[in-house]
Amino acid sequence: MKLSGWGRCPVVEAQVLAPDTLAVMRRDVADSDAFIARGLGRSYGDSALAPVVLSALRLDRLLAFDDETGELECEAGVSLDTLLKVFVPKGWFLPVTPGTSFVSVGGAVASDVHGKNHHGAGSFSAHVLGLKMLLGNGEVLDCDRTSHADLFRATCGGMGLTGIILAVRLRLQRIASAWMRTTTLKANNLDDALDLFEARRDATYSVAWIDCLARGRALGRSLLMLGEHDAKGELADTADHIRSVPVDFPAGLLNRYSVAAFNTLYYHRQLRREVDGRSHFRPYFYPLDGIRDWNRLYGKPGFLQYQCVLPAQSGREGMKLLLETIAQAGEGSFLAVLKIFGPGNDNPLSFPMAGPTLALDFRNTPKVRELLERLDAIVLDHGGRLYLTKDARMSAATFKRGYPRWEEMAQVRTRHHAERIASLQSRRLEIP
Amino acid sequence: MTSSLQTLFIVGATSAIAEAVARRHAARGGRLHLAARNGERLESLARDLKIRGAAEVSWTTFDAADFDSYPALVDGAWQRLGQVDGVLIAHGTLPSQPECENDWQLARDALLVNGLSPMLLAQQIAHRLAAQKNGVLAVISSVAGDRGRQSNYVYGAAKGGLSVFLQGLRNRYFAQGVGVLTVKPGFVDTPMTAAFPKGPLWASPERVAADILAAMERGQDVLYTPWFWRAIMLVIRSIPERVFKRLSL
Repeated sequence: MKLSGWGRCPVVEAQVLAPDTLAVMRRDVADSDAFIARGLGRSYGDSALAPVVLSALRLDRLLAFDDETGELECEAGVSLDTLLKVFVPKGWFLPVTPGTSFVSVGGAVASDVHGKNHHGAGSFSAHVLGLKMLLGNGEVLDCDRTSHADLFRATCGGMGLTGIILAVRLRLQRIASAWMRTTTLKANNLDDALDLFEARRDATYSVAWIDCLARGRALGRSLLMLGEHDAKGELADTADHIRSVPVDFPAGLLNRYSVAAFNTLYYHRQLRREVDGRSHFRPYFYPLDGIRDWNRLYGKPGFLQYQCVLPAQSGREGMKLLLETIAQAGEGSFLAVLKIFGPGNDNPLSFPMAGPTLALDFRNTPKVRELLERLDAIVLDHGGRLYLTKDARMSAATFKRGYPRWEEMAQVRTRHHAERIASLQSRRLEIP
Repeated sequence: MTSSLQTLFIVGATSAIAEAVARRHAARGGRLHLAARNGERLESLARDLKIRGAAEVSWTTFDAADFDSYPALVDGAWQRLGQVDGVLIAHGTLPSQPECENDWQLARDALLVNGLSPMLLAQQIAHRLAAQKNGVLAVISSVAGDRGRQSNYVYGAAKGGLSVFLQGLRNRYFAQGVGVLTVKPGFVDTPMTAAFPKGPLWASPERVAADILAAMERGQDVLYTPWFWRAIMLVIRSIPERVFKRLSL
């Protein structure tokens, strides 16, 4: 069947198997020449595409929960959405969450996803206590920070290339309410935004929406959004009515003019420097989950996501250069998000490192691809790298410069019989 | 819990639709007794349901081909739950039609497990519900039972026979306060194809499960799920046989 990532490009022909037991999964692994595991398919590019795709979605059971410590063990195919539905009413929340709840727990580990609290909480794997893996040779292995630690570290952020994640043990965080207290701050330009991030580093959650078409003195003008779990309010998880995008929009609908108009309106909707508010956690963390299939807004050709991080020392200067280049090209990114990461971790392929990160999405056109090449060069010059989960196009050389520990990944793969585990992405990036 | 269904007995509990029903019931704090073929899968399902909020979950293995075991199966459910508010019979197989045409043993097994087995079980359960003077019995039949078609008439005949049996059962036990719900799902989206934009005819097991529980609570007789299958099957049933026999359906 035809299969793609969330960005809807590339689209390839793949055989999708959905084993519902370990025994069947094992047989499928033994029978496949080249395969990759897949969860809910929310990585944007080609990281969950291969001739044979093993869906983890039928492995979706909760295995154990300790309501004293918040320690949860579940199968890899359970979605974060399910965890929220089950555990928020009991007063527990995900320790780290990306901008959509429609990812599987296995996918969250494989991408080592980060959230708005990265500066304080680290990435998803910081809260993972252990993994149960199915290796390429059919062996089932438990790994954690002390036992088979190399496998554990390479699997967290390892894009599914070390084996199939069967189950995950993680620790949830306690909450008193399903509501958030929010503060929105208006930043006049990039320097202002970065300074505000620094000044408000105590905020549990922080992220900025950035107008990447603004130029000159307004370059990088943003709305910085801070959040705290509220101590007051009910725990109900109001699963709102979900709207969906019924058809592919015309490919040109999101263009520089429409995006510029939107950005100007959005930026100026707030007149004061600082505004306090209150929001349920659903719209706060998952604004786009309310619109199913929002990826169809970009039309048939699909779209490209681009997320980079720059080290703190060169970050300010590098970000300015990136934003100037994007604004000059006049390529509107509908969703542009800026954040400052806390320290990175010890996983060879995890994306975050201390410094600013910028996430953008673009139409999939030749002109944009050329622009992204130029952005790649700036990112590498400043010692940064690109997020594998959003990538559909970087070169092997770009990958290897950004992730100098890629060889460790290759060694773990050899040691743990992962020869036949490969995605279109791992082939493109030449990960042996 | 405000639902009229506090306790639920599910046969074929590890099927996708049944599991979705069980999860919904667990989330609102209900009590469950489960039966299915594979004990290992039942055990993990039971644990899953408890974490999701079920007040109590018990389970037993069950072999649909072993008709002699049915009375003990039914006794066991009543022993565990005391009063049984709702029962869902959801076990079944989807046999390959061409293989059934060439292998009479395969066809026999398909007819047994999809037809005879749920009929015999439904009879015994309805009898028990009548003794307690209330309760709802829901049985998963299929739109395939509404008209015989070349692509699946063995399965269709089993389900069609089952639907007729349930009509009789509904009539027989109405006066005793027992509700009988015939569930006719259309295409149900399996996790295998979950990542894809589906045609409008497909429904998720979660959607079907929500429909089933709502219909059980309302005391409905026949449920097409999703609802538009009622219209589709009305059209399919109304095509004259002399035209229908020429169609490749």
